[in-house]
Amino acid sequence: MGKFFAVVLTVITAVSTAIFAARVWWLPADISAHGAGIDRQLQETMLAAGVLFVLAQLGLAVFAWRSGSARGAPRTFPGGATPLVVLAIALVGAEILALTFVGSKVWAAVYERPAAPDALKIDVEAEQFAFYFRYPGPDGAFGAIHPERMSDATENFFGLDPAHDPAARDDIVVPTLTIPVNRPVALTLRAKDVGHAFYVPALRIQQDFVPGLAIPLHFTATETGKYEIVCTQLCGLGHYNMRAYVEVVPQEQFDRWLKEQATQQ
Amino acid sequence: MQHDTAAPPAARHHHAPPRGFWRTHVFSVDHKVIGRQYLDLALVAVCTGMVLSWLMRLHLAWPDLPIPGLAKLSPNGAAGGVITPEYYLSLMTMHGTIMVFFVLTTAPFAGFGNYFLPIQVGAEDMAFPRINMLSFWVTLLAFLVLIASFFVADGPALSGWTAYAPLSAVGKDAGPGQGLGQTLWAVSIAIFCIAQLLGSLNFITTTLDLRTKGMSLARLPYSTWAWFITSVIGLVAFAVLLPACILLILDRVAGTSFFVPAGLVISDRLQPHAGGSPLLWQHLFWFFGHPEVYIAILPGFGIVSHILPVFARKPLLGPRAVIGSMIAIAFLSYTVWGHHMFLSGMNPFSAMLFSVPTLIITIPATIVTLLWIGTVYGAKLRFTTPALFCLGFISVFVSGGLSGFFLAQPSTDIYLHGTYFVVAHFHFVMGVAAMFGIFAATYFWFPKMFGRMMDERLGKWHFWLTFIGVYCVFMPMHYLGLAGNVRRYAAFTDDYLKPLIPVHRFITVAALFTGAAQLVFLYNLVRSRFRGAPAPANPWEATTLEWSTPSSPPPFDNFGGRPPAVAHGPDEYGVPGPTGDYVMQAAPAAGAGAVAGAGAD
Amino acid sequence: MASSEARPVETGVWIGIAAITMSFAALTSALVVRQGSAPDWQHFRLPPILYLNTAVLLASSATLERARRRSARSAGRADAPEAALRAGVAATLVLGMLFLSGQGLAWRALAAQGLFLATNPSSSFFYVLTAVHGLHLAGGLVALAYVWVRLRRRPGTAARRALGATALYWHFVDGLWVYLLSILSLRV
Repeated sequence: MGKFFAVVLTVITAVSTAIFAARVWWLPADISAHGAGIDRQLQETMLAAGVLFVLAQLGLAVFAWRSGSARGAPRTFPGGATPLVVLAIALVGAEILALTFVGSKVWAAVYERPAAPDALKIDVEAEQFAFYFRYPGPDGAFGAIHPERMSDATENFFGLDPAHDPAARDDIVVPTLTIPVNRPVALTLRAKDVGHAFYVPALRIQQDFVPGLAIPLHFTATETGKYEIVCTQLCGLGHYNMRAYVEVVPQEQFDRWLKEQATQQ
Repeated sequence: MQHDTAAPPAARHHHAPPRGFWRTHVFSVDHKVIGRQYLDLALVAVCTGMVLSWLMRLHLAWPDLPIPGLAKLSPNGAAGGVITPEYYLSLMTMHGTIMVFFVLTTAPFAGFGNYFLPIQVGAEDMAFPRINMLSFWVTLLAFLVLIASFFVADGPALSGWTAYAPLSAVGKDAGPGQGLGQTLWAVSIAIFCIAQLLGSLNFITTTLDLRTKGMSLARLPYSTWAWFITSVIGLVAFAVLLPACILLILDRVAGTSFFVPAGLVISDRLQPHAGGSPLLWQHLFWFFGHPEVYIAILPGFGIVSHILPVFARKPLLGPRAVIGSMIAIAFLSYTVWGHHMFLSGMNPFSAMLFSVPTLIITIPATIVTLLWIGTVYGAKLRFTTPALFCLGFISVFVSGGLSGFFLAQPSTDIYLHGTYFVVAHFHFVMGVAAMFGIFAATYFWFPKMFGRMMDERLGKWHFWLTFIGVYCVFMPMHYLGLAGNVRRYAAFTDDYLKPLIPVHRFITVAALFTGAAQLVFLYNLVRSRFRGAPAPANPWEATTLEWSTPSSPPPFDNFGGRPPAVAHGPDEYGVPGPTGDYVMQAAPAAGAGAVAGAGAD
Repeated sequence: MASSEARPVETGVWIGIAAITMSFAALTSALVVRQGSAPDWQHFRLPPILYLNTAVLLASSATLERARRRSARSAGRADAPEAALRAGVAATLVLGMLFLSGQGLAWRALAAQGLFLATNPSSSFFYVLTAVHGLHLAGGLVALAYVWVRLRRRPGTAARRALGATALYWHFVDGLWVYLLSILSLRV
């Protein structure tokens, strides 16, 4: 039985590890300026965890194998508990220090530093079950948001009051997030009903929306293309279907698009 | 004040033997009956939770599949037997809630702990037997209130077992599942908190005050240590969840705004609330929620530490380090809750404050894991079913624990938060490892509880099918997470998710198969109750006090009126003793005579 | 070393105290966070009767403590001051009920000002904190009644032990009220 356990465990370990190592299912290509740090951190952790995984499972397997045919009195682990305790503290401690030291910088780059001053400012409004995006328009100013004016029926997703608010008159509200490539983008996330989240795997970016708060999120896309934005915070029955697209386009194309939108508002 | 110095503490709590059917089997103050009642409740709960998971997995793999009979249970949620997205979320919410509270907090802790803690410390019963009885019936009430939510018009709650505000707090406007169902959820959990606090009261007092002569803290069995530490964690954790649930209920029914901010527009209706804070709910919930997962797993630590030496026929390696690690985990568990909230909108500068202790907690967890593996080293292991589940526990705990490394770091959590990677992590540690602890405990203690042996062959089949099955179910979820597969989705309609559906189908088939394997366990459980081979007094040749009781099951006062005196530690295996390679805890001190265990005659 | 001769009932009360403390710690932090999360907190003046209630509650702790000390001093002696102990417990019971009525009057005073549970977060916390405290105090009243009956029907060591444990709990609930009053007067 010990041998059988060892064999089964070894097979499970080998197959699991192989699939990880072969990256059969893996992250999509990174299209963000900050993502390299995240990917590196992920790889480091994967390596460390992988090594520990293989060592622990195979260690258990080997001892179980040997246990089946052990003879004589039981033997204590050489050195007793102390070497294992020391190993745990030293090994895991060192790994923790390394991961934290590097990882904290990766985190800080996105979440602790403000957006570049020349970043393109875009507002995001999340609601059950869609995302809407607002650009400030030629006047460069966002109109005030009035929750009591919000209405899906009239497509006033941001609760704007263009009749009385000049800044709101030229705001551009669209269902797709169009951004220029290689240009810092500074989003402000607001939710109008319940909690939502903004997640774009390729951009290595994720952030919850919290009703009542305006949450900043910034990034720079480094490749053109069309990518899905999905909601990762349970928000009701349409949660699975709540998505938008981010279209990363060349700067000139973006400028043209923006001008077109401005004339349409 | 007078002290009864003559009689040992246990005798002060003498209660008369129960008389009559109701007092003996239903409204019993006997901790053993109460423990079995908790286990029966957990059994019903786990079957319910398992069926819910099958429904979820079937829907994910084949969304348009009509499920026979489901339309009767929920005409709105599953018209024609096809699960709607909102019903999927309700099933998911109830699955999580039932499993976490009524299985993982109930079986290993309230169930086995109630049954065996008093015996293992040498007491006649818990310190407060009537409060103990009350705590079971209050737990049952909580369960019934929760189940009742299946039958309300708007459906059961659908905001997850985590019930984030404002979705959980605004009421019916937020959609189906957010009416009475959500209120019942909050009421049920509040009631459950009270039951848990009463339970912790008993566990802690009994461990501190009712230990028999010679049972110092150093000689406590590891399972008792684990139950004691767990009950301390629970005391603080549930004491925080209770007011949180009360505030949630008030937001829902009394028009307060603890968690709901101003200016919400739901279904084009402006909500009347003022400036509440959704993050406040998250902080309160996770301050409970993280210690809760250690409540779910620590009894398993204790059970594995208790059972492994029995079948390895050698003492646990590094007992003080194991106990110290459990205590360290208990302390640290209160410092890490923010790792559930890295991306929540809380101050990002606090992320590292939570990440560091989260990573540090892996150190004591690694220590105990290595010490268990070190215990297997050099042992001639008796590969019984409980021993196999202990080995399996170690393996799945390693798997589940390592994925925690990724989630403990904010940088990698940016990508993995809200994906199936998280689902893989917590299922491995809670849904699998903790369950393996429950299985090990069941197979190990069944002979003592019922006087019969479970069938070993069926037990081994159960183990192998389950061990292989759970890896097939939950290992692929890591891969899905790495691919960015979002969790809590009722269907996969996004472009990048559709190619992953075949993986989901594989998982579903594995889940159904593994679920079916549990029927082997259920059959074994029921059959052995009535037709199992009669169990000898000490079938595993174990040393702790439960194996010194005069009968199996033990008499109503555990030791037949003769409380044992303890002169030995809990795992003296591999040493020469009167009847083999072990010395019972209740055996006389060395040199005092060769009687194998008080109460054996 | 066998477990000490500590009385399980007293241990139980300490554990209860720990749990209740944690619950009120949670409510306190909820109050602080809620006050800071939005500008809608409206301060109001605490009904003055609260201070009278506090004095009543402190007096009830005094009567109970006197009884408890009398009980401890006379342990193992021939004279049986059970009647005096019962009188002390009864006095505490009456004062405790007076406190609760006073709290009810405080609620009435607030309602007269138009401050109800959902009116404002400040009033919400006032009602929640006083209600939860009142509930725990009511539990203490039940314990006091039990002790009174016990002292009458079956006086002895166990009854005195119950008196001691109840006194511990009662003083805690008293101290908890002083804490809550401070928080309320500072914040509300």
